[in-house]
Amino acid sequence: MKLLKSIAATIVAWLIIIGARLITGAKALGQVPVLCQSGRVYIANHTSHGDFVLLWASLPSAVRKQTRPVAGADYWQKGWLRRFIIEEVFRGVLIKRGGREEGENPLLPLVEALAQQDSLILFPEGTRNLTEPSKQALNPNVVPLQPFKPGLFHLLQQHPEVQCVPVWIANVNRVMPKGRSLPLPLLCTVNFGEAFAMTADEPKQIFLQRAQQKVSELAPGEAL
Amino acid sequence: MSPEMIKLFVGLAAVLTVASVIAGVIKWRWQQKAQGENAVIENLVARINAWWGMIIILAIAFHFGYLGVTVLFYGVSFYALREFLTLVPTRNSDYPALFAAFYFALPVQYVLVAIGWYSLFVIFIPVYLFLLLPILAALAGDTTHYLARTSKVQWGLMIAVYCVSSVPAIWMLDIEGFDGRQLSLIAWFILVVQLSDVLQYICGKLFGKTKVAPSLSPSKTLEGLVGGVLLSMLVGAALYGITPFSPWQAALFALVVNLLGFAGGIVMSAIKRDCGVKDWGNMIEGHGGMFDRIDSVCFAAPVFFHLVRYWWT
Repeated sequence: MKLLKSIAATIVAWLIIIGARLITGAKALGQVPVLCQSGRVYIANHTSHGDFVLLWASLPSAVRKQTRPVAGADYWQKGWLRRFIIEEVFRGVLIKRGGREEGENPLLPLVEALAQQDSLILFPEGTRNLTEPSKQALNPNVVPLQPFKPGLFHLLQQHPEVQCVPVWIANVNRVMPKGRSLPLPLLCTVNFGEAFAMTADEPKQIFLQRAQQKVSELAPGEAL
Repeated sequence: MSPEMIKLFVGLAAVLTVASVIAGVIKWRWQQKAQGENAVIENLVARINAWWGMIIILAIAFHFGYLGVTVLFYGVSFYALREFLTLVPTRNSDYPALFAAFYFALPVQYVLVAIGWYSLFVIFIPVYLFLLLPILAALAGDTTHYLARTSKVQWGLMIAVYCVSSVPAIWMLDIEGFDGRQLSLIAWFILVVQLSDVLQYICGKLFGKTKVAPSLSPSKTLEGLVGGVLLSMLVGAALYGITPFSPWQAALFALVVNLLGFAGGIVMSAIKRDCGVKDWGNMIEGHGGMFDRIDSVCFAAPVFFHLVRYWWT
């Protein structure tokens, strides 16, 4: 049964990767990560449910095997198919959102995953950013970032040795806008930046702003 | 494939072999003189290798006849439309229009080519889609940049789908005394347009001094343009045997097609500059995206199609 499950997971993973590449190209740009001993945290902009799939699919396969998306337990634990996909295919790290008990550390699963030298895909904006760029925006295809939530800071406090890799995922919001189910075959790119670490005693606000800046810098520049 | 097509492809393979050998010798001599790589030589080698790939794909498509060529250009249109619509900004409310472009207009246009329904093929996009797209965008209720947004999708469809589909549509032309040889005319057209691009590039690299469109395309020079167009006219005239034309008619057609190809190149460059990019994509190594390769075909194809249709059928 276990073997069957892992074979099914491998096949589904391949289908997802091939599908993502056929529809969007899922082209990795910039400093594409190479295999490394310790875990990393990929921090990216979040505009669509497809974001983590695209980032995951664009990674080189060896790096992908040690990379796990962080996902909301409330959504992914409903039904056997979602559970199978998040647990067996993506090996996601599930976190509870809202309504937790006294003294519970919601970041514990992430801390444990990093301790095992796994890498994480994290969207520090928290929720999907569904705003549309303003009329005056320099590049009307780029949705500007929302302020980062402090979770990233608290996680790195417990793993100060872990490096952050800033990532900008472009166009996924156009491939599948909110409320639409059939993807448009527009090209998406995943732009990886240079890894950075939190410095000792760096204040929370300063670090979060710095991280946000690093992600913003990777967005495509001026357009039509 | 007909014997004349086989001869043509064997000839192309021979020319490419010569090009590969020359590039190999240049690269080897450069490495003897100076250590390290030269960007121009590397780009030349990448371009020649991409040409091998493209010739092989064309040969496979032509092997399967007009249906093979139609399917190939369906793919070309799909990639070109995707590059175009990726680059130009759209909003979430454009989803219905973009959906119609990819999943309705594109397949229907190529089905019309495949079944040879000329009268609908020629108006489907310029009339029906031209009207449908703004309707879809208006129904979505978002008026931000409305006119600019709808015209971008219309432009994308016109260039990437309508214009490109004129190439396989040549098979529909009922030319007297040329029955069953339309594929040769398609091959002649592709060869003349693409050869002119290559020869303009070579002549520009060798003799280029005066820039013709410095703000659009810094690599395009007057010397390259004149040399490339003249040489490709000569080749086009020499290959008159695979066309319904006489040698001077073939030369004249080659001239018209090459000038339009050049115009297409600068128009598509202007759109790229406007979007703030250098290449349409990174699909073909050394060439950029699909549009970087077919910009000249886009503009030359519909005019060539209709000129031949007017005078020869």
